[in-house]
Amino acid sequence: MGLARKDLISLEDLSREEILQILDTAASFKEVVQRPIKKVPALRGQTVVNLFFEPSTRTRTSFELAAKRLSADVVNFTAQTSSLVKGESLLDTIRNIEAMNVQTIIMRHSCSGAASFVARHARACVVNAGDGTHAHPTQGLLDLFTIRERKGRFEGLVVALVGDITHSRVARCNLHGLTKLGAKVRIVGPATLLPRSLTRLGVTATTRLEEALDGADVVNILRIQLERQDGQYFPSAREYANLYGVNARRLKLAKPDVMIMHPGPMNRGIEISPRVADGPNAVILDQVTNGVAVRMAVLYLLSSAPGGTNETAD
Amino acid sequence: MRRLIKGGRLLDPASRHDAPADLWLENGRVAEVTPPGARKPQAQDEVWEAGGLAVAPGLVDAHVHLREPGAEYKETIASGTRAAAAGGVTSLACMPNTTPPIDNLAMVELVLSKAKSQGAVNVFPVACITQRREGKQLTEMGELKAAGVVAVSDDGEPVESPTLMRSALQYAGMLDLLVINHAEDKSLAGKGVAHAGFMACKLGLAGVPRSALEVMISRDLLLAEETGSRIHIPHVSTAGAVRLIREAKARGVRVTAETAPHYLALTDECLAGYDTNVRVNPPIAEAADQAALIDGLVDGTLDAIATDHAPHSRREKEMEFALAAPGICGLETSLSLCLTVLVASGRMPLLELIDRMSLRPARLLGVPKGTLAAGADADLVLFDPDADRTVQASEFHSQSDNTPFDQWRVKGRVAATFVAGEPVYIAPQDQARRKPS
Repeated sequence: MGLARKDLISLEDLSREEILQILDTAASFKEVVQRPIKKVPALRGQTVVNLFFEPSTRTRTSFELAAKRLSADVVNFTAQTSSLVKGESLLDTIRNIEAMNVQTIIMRHSCSGAASFVARHARACVVNAGDGTHAHPTQGLLDLFTIRERKGRFEGLVVALVGDITHSRVARCNLHGLTKLGAKVRIVGPATLLPRSLTRLGVTATTRLEEALDGADVVNILRIQLERQDGQYFPSAREYANLYGVNARRLKLAKPDVMIMHPGPMNRGIEISPRVADGPNAVILDQVTNGVAVRMAVLYLLSSAPGGTNETAD
Repeated sequence: MRRLIKGGRLLDPASRHDAPADLWLENGRVAEVTPPGARKPQAQDEVWEAGGLAVAPGLVDAHVHLREPGAEYKETIASGTRAAAAGGVTSLACMPNTTPPIDNLAMVELVLSKAKSQGAVNVFPVACITQRREGKQLTEMGELKAAGVVAVSDDGEPVESPTLMRSALQYAGMLDLLVINHAEDKSLAGKGVAHAGFMACKLGLAGVPRSALEVMISRDLLLAEETGSRIHIPHVSTAGAVRLIREAKARGVRVTAETAPHYLALTDECLAGYDTNVRVNPPIAEAADQAALIDGLVDGTLDAIATDHAPHSRREKEMEFALAAPGICGLETSLSLCLTVLVASGRMPLLELIDRMSLRPARLLGVPKGTLAAGADADLVLFDPDADRTVQASEFHSQSDNTPFDQWRVKGRVAATFVAGEPVYIAPQDQARRKPS
C-alpha cells in the first residue's frame, strides 16, 4: 500500500502515520541494500528524472542510486546542460520533460515553493529534493530514520538544531518531523539567523549554545553557507566557531550517548570541531547510508500510491 | 439632452447627503438634485431607473499603473480605463514607471492625448520626481505641472537620497505639486519577497521587515515637517506606518496617505500555497496590521483607498514565487472588496467609504471631482451595495487577470458608470434601467 499522495513536498504535509510508514519501508530497503545484489524490480520500466536547478552532488547521487536500486531508468537533467540557460520558463521545462513520459520528477531548485509549483502543473510524481530555504523532506526523513535507528523512539527526546536556522530547509523539515513524532526541539543560533517566529510551531529558541546542548539526546549541526560568511550576519567564521562551534568541551553538557548529526558538507573547525565530527557519537556517515534507503522508500511508496504509476502492478 | 437618475440612494460625502434623491444631468454636469419624484421628466429626457441602487460620485483612484507606453501587453490606457469604468472608477492618477518613464513634457502629452482619444475615464498623470527615475536630478516640475500633472512620484523606486528628497519637497512645494514617495527602504527590503513574519519564515520566503516601509515613511514625514511641504504616503500596509502617520497628522505635518484593498482583505496567511498573485510590494502583513489599517481608515488617519492596480501578464506570474513580478490587478475588485470588508462588516457607513474612495482622493490630488453637488462634473457610479456576487477574473476588462480574489464571494456590484454625464459602463443585467426618451 503506497502513500495516498502524488508528491512529496514537505514534512509539514505528512501525517505522523505517513512518516512512520516511510521509515518502516526504508528499514526493509536498508536490508535490501546490504545484500550482495542490491536491486529490486519495484520500479522496472519507470523513468525517473533528476531535475537539478541547483548544483548538488551528494543528494543527486543518493537519489540516483535509490532509483537504480529500484530498477528505474534514471535521467539526470541539470541546469548547466539544459535549455534553462536559454531562458526557458520553469513551466515550459516541465511541460517538455512531461512530454517524454516520465513517471517521477526529483527536483531541486533555489526558489522556495518551486517544487509545489511544479507538482501543481505536472502529472508526474514530484519529489522535492530541496526548494530554496523551504523544505528538503528526504533529508528530514533520513535524519528521523537515523535517530530512530539509534534511539528506538522519538517521544521525549531532546533535539538541538544548531546554526543558520533562517536559511535552512534542513532545519524546517527536521522541526516539522520531530514535533509530529513527539520530540522536544530546540533551535539555536546567532540572533541574526534565528527566526523566533518558529516557536509558534512548538519549539524553543535560544541564542545560547550551552542552553541548547544541556541534556540533549541529539545535536543536528547545520552547515554555515559560504555566502553567509561575509560579515552581514556574524562578524567572522572565527567568531562563529567561538560562539556556536560544537566541540568536545561543550558537548559534555549533552547526554553521554548524544548523537551528532550533520547534513553535510561539513565546515570542519567552524560549525563542528574535527574531534566531534570523527568522534564515537557522530552518525554523519550513517545518515548518508540511510539516505539511499529512505529515498528508495519514498520513490516506491509514491509510485504505488492509489492512482500512482505502479498501482496496477499487482 | 438631459438625463434623470431616478430614485437612487444618493451619496454625496461633500454635503453628507445620504438619502433617496433624483439626480439631473445636463451638459456633462450635475444640473440639480431634487427630492424623489418631485419633478416629472420631460418627454425628451432620458430616464435611468436607479431604484435599489446607490448613486455616488465616481470613484477616484490615486494609484494606477496603466503600463502604456512600454508594456502594452499587460495593459493599455484604453484597457485600463475600461477596467476602471467597470469598477466604478471615473478618475485615476496613473503612475510614471512606464518605459520610457513619464519624466518630461512629451511623455505627459502622449499620455494625455491617448487618454483623450482612447480613455474611458479621466486620466490624471503623475510624473517622475527625478529624471529617468534614477534618483539623481529633479524633473522639470514647473513645466510638468503646467501640462496637467497632478503629482510627482518615482513609483517603484524610493528617492533614496535624503538630500534630494528634501530638495524635491521644497521645489514641488513651491509649485503646490504633491510629492508621493514610494515607501520602501531598499536596503532593508533586501531580497525579500513576502512580509517577514511566521508565514514567510515557515515557507522559506525571504522576508521584508516592517521597518523597510516604516523607516522610509519616518524619514519622509520628518522632511515634510521640516520643509512644510505636502507629502502623500502610498500603499500603507503596516500598523506601525499607520501610527507614524497618525502622530505626524496630530502635530500638523501636511501628510495624506492611502492603503489598498488587498491589505484590507488579506493577511500573510494567504502565502500558503505560494500563489504568485499575492506577491505584491509592499507585502501583505499580519492580522494585527490589517486591523490597524481598518482602524486608520475609520478614524481618517488614512485618507484614501487606492488600488495600486498593477496588471501583469501570465508569463510574469506563472512561475517561482520569488521570481514573479509583484502586483495585483485591482480596479475591478476594489469597490466590492471594500464594501465587503468595511461596510458589510459594520466598520464603516457607506457614505464614509465613498468619502475615502472618491472625495478625499480627489482633494488630495487637487482635482475637482468626488462630489455630486449642482454644477459638479457628472462623474458617477450606480451600484448595488448589497448584491452578492462571485469575482470572475476571466471577465475582467483589464488586459490582465492577476488577482488573488478570483472566485471570492463579495458584496456589491457596479451597475453603471458615467463620465461627464455619459455612460462609460453598463452591466449587462442593468441595460434595461435606461428608458430612452
